[in-house]
Amino acid sequence: MKTPGFLLPVATAGVLALSLSACAGGGGTSGGGGSDAEANLDSRGPITYVQGKDNSNVVRPLIEKWNAAHPDEKVTFKEQTDNADQQHDDLVQNFQAKNADYDVASVDVVWTAEFAAKGWLQPLKDKMAIDTNGMLEPTIEAGSYKGTLYAAPVSSDGGILYYRKDLVPTPPKTWDEMMGMCSIAKQNNIGCYSGQFKQYEGLTVNASEAINSAGGSVLDKDGKPSLNTPEAEAGLNNLVEAFKNGNIPAEAITYQEEESRRAFQDGKLLFLRNWPYVYNLATTEGSSKVKDVLGMAALPGKDGPGASSLGGHSAAVSVYSDHKATSLDFVKFLVEEEQQKFFATQGSLAPVLGDLYEDQELVAKLPYLPVLKTSIENAVPRPVTPFYPAVTKAIQDNAYAALKGEKPAKDALSDMQKSIETAGAGS
Amino acid sequence: MATELGPTPVKQPASGAAPVHHGPKGVGEDNKILSQGKWATWLLAPTIIALAIVIVYPIISAIVMSFQKDAGLDPVTGLFTDGGPAGIQNYVNWLGQQCAAQGGGTVACPPGTLGGQFWTATATTFFFTVVTVALETVLGFWMAMIMARSFKGRGLVRAAVLVPWAIPTAVTAQLWLFMFDFNGIINKLFNVSILWTGSEWPAKWAVIIADTWKTTPFMALLILAGLQMIPAEVYEASKVDGASAWQRFRLITLPLVKPALMVAILFRTLDALRMFDLPYILTGGANNTTTLSILVINQIRQGFNSAAALSTITFIIIFLVAFIFVRFLGANVVEQSGATGKGKK
Amino acid sequence: MTTASVPTGMRPQQDAPRKAAQNREKWASVRTYISAAVILIWCLAPAYWMVVTAFREVGFTYDTTPWPTHITLDNFITAFDTSFGNKFGQALLNSIIIGVTVTVVSLVIGVFAAYALARLNFRFKYLVLGFILGASMFPGVALITPLFQLFTNIGWMGTYQALIIPNISFVLPLTVYTLTSFFREMPWELEESARVDGCTQGQAFRKVIMPLAAPAIFTTAILAFISSWNEFLIASQLSNEATQPVTVAIASFAGAQPNQIPYTAIMAAGTIVTIPLVILVLVFQRKIVAGLTAGAVK
Repeated sequence: MKTPGFLLPVATAGVLALSLSACAGGGGTSGGGGSDAEANLDSRGPITYVQGKDNSNVVRPLIEKWNAAHPDEKVTFKEQTDNADQQHDDLVQNFQAKNADYDVASVDVVWTAEFAAKGWLQPLKDKMAIDTNGMLEPTIEAGSYKGTLYAAPVSSDGGILYYRKDLVPTPPKTWDEMMGMCSIAKQNNIGCYSGQFKQYEGLTVNASEAINSAGGSVLDKDGKPSLNTPEAEAGLNNLVEAFKNGNIPAEAITYQEEESRRAFQDGKLLFLRNWPYVYNLATTEGSSKVKDVLGMAALPGKDGPGASSLGGHSAAVSVYSDHKATSLDFVKFLVEEEQQKFFATQGSLAPVLGDLYEDQELVAKLPYLPVLKTSIENAVPRPVTPFYPAVTKAIQDNAYAALKGEKPAKDALSDMQKSIETAGAGS
Repeated sequence: MATELGPTPVKQPASGAAPVHHGPKGVGEDNKILSQGKWATWLLAPTIIALAIVIVYPIISAIVMSFQKDAGLDPVTGLFTDGGPAGIQNYVNWLGQQCAAQGGGTVACPPGTLGGQFWTATATTFFFTVVTVALETVLGFWMAMIMARSFKGRGLVRAAVLVPWAIPTAVTAQLWLFMFDFNGIINKLFNVSILWTGSEWPAKWAVIIADTWKTTPFMALLILAGLQMIPAEVYEASKVDGASAWQRFRLITLPLVKPALMVAILFRTLDALRMFDLPYILTGGANNTTTLSILVINQIRQGFNSAAALSTITFIIIFLVAFIFVRFLGANVVEQSGATGKGKK
Repeated sequence: MTTASVPTGMRPQQDAPRKAAQNREKWASVRTYISAAVILIWCLAPAYWMVVTAFREVGFTYDTTPWPTHITLDNFITAFDTSFGNKFGQALLNSIIIGVTVTVVSLVIGVFAAYALARLNFRFKYLVLGFILGASMFPGVALITPLFQLFTNIGWMGTYQALIIPNISFVLPLTVYTLTSFFREMPWELEESARVDGCTQGQAFRKVIMPLAAPAIFTTAILAFISSWNEFLIASQLSNEATQPVTVAIASFAGAQPNQIPYTAIMAAGTIVTIPLVILVLVFQRKIVAGLTAGAVK
């Protein structure tokens, strides 16, 4: 292709100018950070705490309280957006630039492994260790990578089985028991059970729960996929079968949290798997038909409570922080009982300290707490892997195909296994 | 709307915004063109520089990135390490749907990986393109022929067709998502219970319907503009000659509108090949509605360099389609738009 | 086909055929009106549904009564209510900031190029035109990957410049292209006559060319602004909550509760975003159609 002579120098200049700026920006990903992790361990001073949108206004009062007590080590609150992807990208951008601006960051449980593997998070051990006594075990697991704690659990979340008290006097303990009760739904001409089965993150949650509840697991202790097991197959098959025989209504294949909540609230479902937020809406919304008949129970499992997927956030210290001693103190402050209680009462955030779930005052306000505790105690963190985007895609795509009857659960799981293997094999 | 070709531009010396000083009268055309060329260089420079920065630089940068490996995990420390040069491996992986295997080498990408979706995404993209452009052309032609007639309220119709075009695609997608809801108006109106976003064909048709709604007006307006350039006498003459309506359409309307039509189809085709907003919001790419653009976006957070290779492939595909159009199907956009020089005929 | 616009009946002597022709014409005109009605419904019904839903109480989101019922303004309040973290007002402002900047920059740069392409003869003209046209067809995803990495490295993610610069990549070619077509149609002879009449060059430009070019530039500005206003792909990846434009805000609208998709509020927001455009488009309909079709048919 001929280039007009007069354009060339101009175009080249433009390109050069930008390439230079790209180079100056420093390059790409790199691991390590060994030396960064050793630095500034005893240093104190003002720090910044980064977190997504503080919708229920719980973080600000806590920071004010901290600042009043620590005038020389004040915390500045940097509020991110409401969107998880944007929060993630903002953290990546700042860590990549080795920015000391972010001292303590709130990380979603599914990012912890990625950030830890990039060498961006300060291992919370030795000098930087925190006291994890009293914390629910699964929340600690969710904050750990390769056996080391990288992020202190601050809030948690788990699935709850909502049911119709008027139709089901005692909630089912196991999946089979629940399926047995589906005849009640049929008699009343409503759907039996639903979770979230649209092809999105919620399906990863639901499929993992099915697999974990049946005794299988997505990843083993070493982070390797372990899906070619009879347990995993039985778990996924539970959902496949329920779709096939109509115990899960066909339209559930398009459900996210909201669609499933609406179906339940409109009285179209006997059982619903969803998050704690449903409680408030289902008991207060004017159009709710289940206001007075709402029951809550732990998710059903194989022979006892099932294994919920775990949500929530943890607090991590950046390896680039200039004041790690202060940062650590602030993290410890966030997980103290008093603050945890405040999170629960003000923000309806599930605490990570087991004792609080029996606190009379809290339970009066949030009646789902005892059920939620069972749920979280039995919870399995979503796969802890630095390749979470690839792993969740592998689970979603294949589980979705199985639920739609496009391939047997066994094949879906073996494809899941293979996909996850390729994700981690890039090195 | 003026129907004649653009006026010939260089009859007299221009001045004003950018005074052009031609050589003294009587100097040969060559010289004149030379001096205009100099001016043109200065006038075009800002645009060319700007486009070099916002387009040429990213392309080059993407190509450079596409020859790099994505960061991998060190199996001992569990930490990420830089990937290093990859040669053409990223391209080979996409085109051959190969994924990294444990212990080195590659294996065929299993279902549930982005790599395994390349050819289905390509097929989906072309399927959407062919179906939507075909539908839009036929519907657009029909709408244009109606709007070309004179009837009361024609202005209203012409204004109304601009409404779908003016609504941002992101809003369009939310609107159709809402209407395609299981409990939504569409199922109610047609008394069906279709899970529009729940299985492959309904999901595909949902995207096609929404896209057709949104972009047919653009097509219709382009065709209408072409129709209006056909002199009414041509029709009358053919009527006197006893041509049937179908003959008139086939022998007069179609050939005369063809240049405008080809350009309209080219524009729409290239636009459809990069479709993103609608399926991304409407279906999230589920049920085989992942287009190449969606695949690139999904890949970005799984690895920049591999995504760069994929975006380069996408770019090449679109470039090839444009090339074929211009070269073999006679959609000569440049001549259509740059008719100045040749418009003197 | 087009019979209505073409006078029919060339044989007036005979009565019966004339009647037949009249009948045919009547029938043709009925068909035209039916077709026009179909077009109207097809184009407007979904937009109508958006507006109806926007004014519906949230509890009746899925009500399918075809006319407005349970009318309320709450959804518009919800749309602007920042307590859910939507910042729709901010997003509107962002869209305006981005759109205006992109439009102004593109016009200022592009007007020179368009002038050169429309008025000057020079070598490689078609190559330049081809390059600019090619640029307007360029797939956004091919830009986004390198920009995503570049902006991450230099800390530009979520800044205004990170959204404005990529937008120029498609708005500038569009501007040049449209302006070129307009400029080619302008009666530049008038400028010459004005100078013959004793105007100075500056006066001729100010009094003759400016008023002539103004509508063209204005129309191009509208088209440029609309295309920037509607952009989603780049903004969805490179913006954050502080800088996101309305398209991104609407695509990720949050409800009062987590996981809630507040369709009524989304439709209200969609209505707000669309109405200025629709008004703009209706008022300047002729100009916009001319601008849209400029390149294709001339």
